Amino acid sequence: MSMLEVKDLSIHFGGVKAVQNVSFAIDPGIVYSVIGPNGAGKTTLFNLITGVYKPSAGEIRLDGEAIHGRSPNELARRGVARTFQNLQICMNMSARENVMVGAHLRLDRNLLKAALHLPGLRKRDAELRDEAAELMRFVGLEQYVEARADAMSYGLLKRLEIARALAMKPRLIFLDEPAAGLNPKETIEVDQLVRKIADAGVTVVLVEHDMKMVMNLSDRILVLNYGKKLAEGTGEEIRRNPDVIAAYLGAHA
Amino acid sequence: MPKNVYRGLYLVIAILLVLPHVLPNSYYLDLAVRMAINAVIVLGLNLLIGFAGQISLGHAGFLGIGAYASAVLPTHFGWHPLAAMGAGALAAGLLAALVARPIFKLKGNYLAMATLGLGIIISIALRNEAQWTGGPDGMPVPSMGLFGFELSNDRQWYWVVALLLSVSVWASLNLIDSPFGRALRALHGSEVASQVVGVDIVRYKVAIFVLSAVFASLMGSITAHYVGFVSPNYADFFHSIELVTMVVIGGMASVYGSLVGAVLLTALPQALATFEGWETVVFGAILMLCMIFLPKGLVPTLAAKFGKGE
Repeated sequence: MSMLEVKDLSIHFGGVKAVQNVSFAIDPGIVYSVIGPNGAGKTTLFNLITGVYKPSAGEIRLDGEAIHGRSPNELARRGVARTFQNLQICMNMSARENVMVGAHLRLDRNLLKAALHLPGLRKRDAELRDEAAELMRFVGLEQYVEARADAMSYGLLKRLEIARALAMKPRLIFLDEPAAGLNPKETIEVDQLVRKIADAGVTVVLVEHDMKMVMNLSDRILVLNYGKKLAEGTGEEIRRNPDVIAAYLGAHA
Repeated sequence: MPKNVYRGLYLVIAILLVLPHVLPNSYYLDLAVRMAINAVIVLGLNLLIGFAGQISLGHAGFLGIGAYASAVLPTHFGWHPLAAMGAGALAAGLLAALVARPIFKLKGNYLAMATLGLGIIISIALRNEAQWTGGPDGMPVPSMGLFGFELSNDRQWYWVVALLLSVSVWASLNLIDSPFGRALRALHGSEVASQVVGVDIVRYKVAIFVLSAVFASLMGSITAHYVGFVSPNYADFFHSIELVTMVVIGGMASVYGSLVGAVLLTALPQALATFEGWETVVFGAILMLCMIFLPKGLVPTLAAKFGKGE
């Protein structure tokens, strides 16, 4: 059975139909990429699936259960994590604390116990600090464990977001342009990182413009254009699809 | 947790222990008690404003609820002062929850406007219900007994308030560095990011608002008993603004900044009394200079300047 199933999903903002009747299914354990020209509706699609937007029509099922219209924190409870195209890092916190926030749902969030500094909570927090450092090492930020978030560069923060998402111990992770704005060396590192995440058994949904990375990583690819599904298939199928070529080259060839 | 997290607390406790022995007379002791009371209030308000990023412009209203609960309930109904204090805190907490829930469902910072209105309504109610509250003239507050012995002189009050302040600083430091506190700071930093990691942001905002309202109400009760008198000015809009100013001048999201802000702004009007009639102008000028040269507040700016975190 597919892990995530999207059927006839649509959303419009006033007269703008940002996503129209998009359907696809994602099997567990694969890397699934969503590509398309700027403004094709890729990020909107992510926002719909992760509960940031409510769809105008259509349905989204996770393990067969309808999840459309649920709030982001309910989806987080179901093991769905994401990163953002335009960074969403808490600059008022340290890098490590940003990662620790990712573990929010796995912790005892009791206010009174926190204020009284009870030993059980303190011990769990100490473990979490180590766990966060471990995750930062996993994404290649071992030198920045003690850094302030607002002192880190864009490329590093992109990875910090991935570490925060991984701290949720997700089953399904949405990465929105993890390589955008990175130099070629950093892009290769992110490419390898996504591979490591997938190898760890997390289903990955990727939005990315770097075609080399997409072709290299993806088991399946969905192509969006003007909010509609243009094509879906393996990398090889997509590469040869005439509609896709036309959309990317802008020609009616 | 960094090991030095309590260093500042030890310093605060040391100062609180030494202070009564070096203060020259009872005038200064009284000032110290007022500073400490304000510090606790500002600490609670800073959790809301500085850490969670939600602005309340009506906090004096909650102080008023506590103060008047401690004045009215024992005077007219013969309640025990502690029961009255508890009732005030409960009322303030409930009112805060009632107002906050619908407000936080809206996107954007509407809390400032809602609390502005709420504070003004409370102070009008206190002014108008003259048969209970004494109206604009205020009313006396019966003294407070604790476990059979009466809190009568300033020195006893000083120790009570010093203990409250130390515990509040300790609890605030713990809270900030806990899962709860991180969630609060995260929703200040990025609402959408905290939502997608599972933070129920409405619940957290309501919780911290209620907590700071209860803090304020309790300290309102303490103030009422200490001063022995309450008046509607205490719940006034201008008092709310004064409290927010203490947070901002001391430093947003800074525990020790809250203390510094409270101490300075409690002392400043006294120190400026020599300017006779011009003190408001001088007060305003000082605040402006602070905002221009220390935009992040005293403690965070100085901490950054001397190259170490708080």
